[in-house]
Amino acid sequence: MEIPRHWRLKKQRYGLVGEVCPHCDHKIFPPRDVCPNCGDEAKEQFAFSGKGEVYSYTTVYEAPAGYEANAPYTVAIVKLDEGPMLTAQLTDVDNSEVQIGMQVEMVTRKMRNDGDERGLIVYGYKFRPFRLEPH
Amino acid sequence: MTDVVIAGIGQTEVGEHWEISLRDLALDAIQDALKDSGGLKPQALFVGNMLAPNLSNQAHLGALITDYAGLTGIEAITVEAAGASGGAALRQGYLAIASGMVDVALIVGIEKFTDKIGADVDEALATASDSDFEAVQGMTPASQAALLMKRYMHENDVPANGFAGFALTAHANGVANKYAMFRKAIKPETYAKAEMVSDPLNMFDIAPNADGAAALLLTRRDLLPRDYKHPLVKIAGSAASSDTLALHDRKDMLYFDTAQISAGKAMKQVGIVLDQINFFEYHDAFSIYAALQLEAVGFAIKGKGWKLAADNAIGLKGKIPCATMGGMKARGFAGGAAGVYQAVEAAIQLRGSAGANQIAGAKFGLIQSLGGPASTAVSHIIQALD
Repeated sequence: MEIPRHWRLKKQRYGLVGEVCPHCDHKIFPPRDVCPNCGDEAKEQFAFSGKGEVYSYTTVYEAPAGYEANAPYTVAIVKLDEGPMLTAQLTDVDNSEVQIGMQVEMVTRKMRNDGDERGLIVYGYKFRPFRLEPH
Repeated sequence: MTDVVIAGIGQTEVGEHWEISLRDLALDAIQDALKDSGGLKPQALFVGNMLAPNLSNQAHLGALITDYAGLTGIEAITVEAAGASGGAALRQGYLAIASGMVDVALIVGIEKFTDKIGADVDEALATASDSDFEAVQGMTPASQAALLMKRYMHENDVPANGFAGFALTAHANGVANKYAMFRKAIKPETYAKAEMVSDPLNMFDIAPNADGAAALLLTRRDLLPRDYKHPLVKIAGSAASSDTLALHDRKDMLYFDTAQISAGKAMKQVGIVLDQINFFEYHDAFSIYAALQLEAVGFAIKGKGWKLAADNAIGLKGKIPCATMGGMKARGFAGGAAGVYQAVEAAIQLRGSAGANQIAGAKFGLIQSLGGPASTAVSHIIQALD
């Protein structure tokens, strides 16, 4: 049970809010206040489009505690259209259909169930295949 | 500066030691190292441990272990850098001796994995990654290594089973190591048929997590007992480096910068070039890590580290022998002890007592300990003095 911790991250988890460096225009996710590109201070918020492509992926069969109910699931490194990469589960897709370079978009999903009697459910971003027609 | 020598070594067999506690395992290795040193008395203890607070609900290992080993009074701390904890503890011991502030340092690497099992171990291992942005997605070190391996194979046109050479070499070298968890050579067919854990990573691409402890006594050369009985082995170079915690934040995740930086610094301290290194104990927690280290250190060009294994250039008689006592794959991955096992094994090679696994005339060994996907790397060059 880590309520304050998850609450603190709500902008990132639900809105993919990172930063843009005012000095070099580098887009940053997750926010880190020091630009990894130029080293200057970067505190300006920037909401990412949530579009990107799969850089690499794999399917997890032996899940860590809290994730067993979801297994098997596919985790990926997604390269966002604006530049940065992030780690995320893929959803709404058959694990065998995933490919490097596949276009994906962010959605909000249940991440894990902390499972104690107070039942905290952590929501956050996952990515699904991007299609022009509505899902 | 006088030479910092490895005066004593000790290790336990790596395995599932259900009947042995964390403290007993550490004590076994410590007693062996003290005896091996000819009776040196440590003034400081550096514990390399990765997960005792998670796996055994036990922090404060410095006091625990000095107490249990009858060494109360000396200074004692834990050094933690995920899988590189052992290498990092060794470096702290080295710095203490080299500075002149401590005369005899005891380093013990200890990991007690089997106090927990299954999903709880995977959860504990995932704490070495970025909890907020990697582990929360259900990512584990093994699945992360799989992602890395998938991308590597994609970019470098590696054939299926292209990584088999790492497991084949490790298992062949583990046969003659009585401390190794697995002492049976495997065939290429065994690798090819192995169960997939996280595609393309199969069970032979992953070192087994297991219990183990290894210990070293360091001192300065002039402080050795007069009747010291072993050929002299010194720590000639020592360096560490850090990178982004999260793999996705790397500019190029297929190049282990920290492996390059730390090995390069250590070599520069010694004043040697790559060709002078007689063996390399890499951090083969996953076969992809071994390939990326071979490239970062410079034994292979980028994208070709796997070829060294495929061509058997890493065998005992190869161009650059690796995992000479079985590596993490066959000896077993004992978490925070892994880097200390590497140093113990390097000392055995350089004393000339590696038996069937002896690298003839070995003078310099490079050992490299990684935390996460090389978010930390600690490199040491161990040298035979006479």
